[in-house]
Amino acid sequence: MKKYILDLKVLSNRALNQNHHLLELGSDEPLPVMVPGQFAEVRVDGSPSTYLRRPFSIHRVDRGANTMHLLIKTVGEGTRHLAELKKNESLNILLPLGNGFTLARNSEVLLVGGGCGVAPLYFLAEQLFRQGNKVSILIGGRSAGDILLAGEYRAFGNVYIATEDGTLGEKGMVTAHSVLKKEVASFKKIYCCGPDGMMRAVAHIAAANKIDCEVSLENTMACGIGACLCCVVETNQGNQCVCTEGPVFDPLTLKNWSAAVETGCSLDQ
Amino acid sequence: MPGLEVKLHKLTLKNPVLTASGTFGYGEEFDDFIDVNALGGIIVKATTSKHREGNPYPRMAETPMGMLNAVGLQNKGVDYFVKNIYPKLLKYNNCVIANVSDSTVEGYVEVAEKMNRLDHIQAIELNISCPNVKEGGMAFGTSCPSASAVTRAVREVYDKTLIVKLSPNVTSIVDIALAVEEAGADAVSLINTLLGMAINAETRRPVLSTVTGGLSGPAIKPVALRMVWQVSKVVKIPVIGIGGISSATDAIEFLLAGASAIQVGTANFTDPRTTVKIIAGIEDYLRRHSIAEVKELTGGLLL
Repeated sequence: MKKYILDLKVLSNRALNQNHHLLELGSDEPLPVMVPGQFAEVRVDGSPSTYLRRPFSIHRVDRGANTMHLLIKTVGEGTRHLAELKKNESLNILLPLGNGFTLARNSEVLLVGGGCGVAPLYFLAEQLFRQGNKVSILIGGRSAGDILLAGEYRAFGNVYIATEDGTLGEKGMVTAHSVLKKEVASFKKIYCCGPDGMMRAVAHIAAANKIDCEVSLENTMACGIGACLCCVVETNQGNQCVCTEGPVFDPLTLKNWSAAVETGCSLDQ
Repeated sequence: MPGLEVKLHKLTLKNPVLTASGTFGYGEEFDDFIDVNALGGIIVKATTSKHREGNPYPRMAETPMGMLNAVGLQNKGVDYFVKNIYPKLLKYNNCVIANVSDSTVEGYVEVAEKMNRLDHIQAIELNISCPNVKEGGMAFGTSCPSASAVTRAVREVYDKTLIVKLSPNVTSIVDIALAVEEAGADAVSLINTLLGMAINAETRRPVLSTVTGGLSGPAIKPVALRMVWQVSKVVKIPVIGIGGISSATDAIEFLLAGASAIQVGTANFTDPRTTVKIIAGIEDYLRRHSIAEVKELTGGLLL
């Protein structure tokens, strides 16, 4: 898939909660073809401490309106700058990067997202829904305020929620939600994005139930295009770049992951 | 139109802009963004005698105006290079240079011999300056006798242009440069990364899996410029400047300090079009200053 370097225009910047923003971007030219699970490398201007680009999942693409969205979590000075972007400001961006999820067809699928790990799941849920799948989406967070955009996923299927404090949905970790217990066998494929420990636990559940699984990794990157070899993950075929061979992997191909899955050791690290 | 051509020993480059090894993959990673053939040449990712997995993750830490890396020469080895990567490099009609590294003199010689047989590889850059491997790499480049020994051994088996890439992590880079010149190097390139370190204060742990790593980016430019200036005053062979070059102005500063050509490294990560922008910017500079040929700039510092 051809990669582009573009200057996109900020169309809107909406605060979802204290530390999450939804950036809507547009262009006079048609946006490149993108698939769910791919990401963009964003240059942060005016932030001297942010030298490298920042990778973000492509959250949503609206072909008709020729717009796309990025979900930005504020973690440092660079992301704080992005959260403060105003309408009509310009954003220099490399995209689409990475491989993307494998889309099931006419099947029954579960999407699991934790924290800002829901970022790629909107685009994925929408495309899976269009491919005739019965889609279920499980979202977890610490508290009700951390559950982002749950209402918007309802257009594509059942939405399940888990919060650690019980303020919304089932109380407890997302990985302990009932949909991952008795009902899990009904799914043919599980897609997961979130904190490392959560993804390992979901991968473990999928493997134990012999369900296909894909996880989207988030390693520290410099280039985003496979040149620097900084973002590697250990796979059964040796070190691979998360930015080009990933970010989406079958967890059974990830070296330390499959070892953990086989031995069933504690995964919530 | 000003002349951009430069000569490096037997090589003729259509312009003085090269890519630094390890920051440009094998060229194809940048095909979507630029016409790679527009560059003076490309120096591809380091090749060693055997397959190397490199260092564990995390391998990178962002720093003020730069980054630390600890990749550790991950590559599939010279035989894989010859069979699978070399054919893909044939589409480039500019100067294609291989970067050669290893942990033993015999290893360097083996890679250099195999590269010597590849017609389309017009030069090698001997990497005696990688700070991220336990054995070899920088160990060769930090003493005059070992730098000289590995250069001499490779010189015996390598007929084409031999560039030696120098480490800044030494007491006197001038002495190392003179030693490799005497041992048969046709050019020197400098600097490789500066040994550095990053700590996460919250976790009290080092950021890199290897604790220390190589610092690159604009943060190192003044150090690199100083070293290029010092080395170019004493060696007779051409000097290639490297270190934080991100703009045409940066490139011209290195030429004025004594470099005949330059390499763009970390800036390829922040903007994959940096190299072609630099070429256009150099041309513009020459025009503004009514300079006929870029090579007139080399060593043109006014003191």
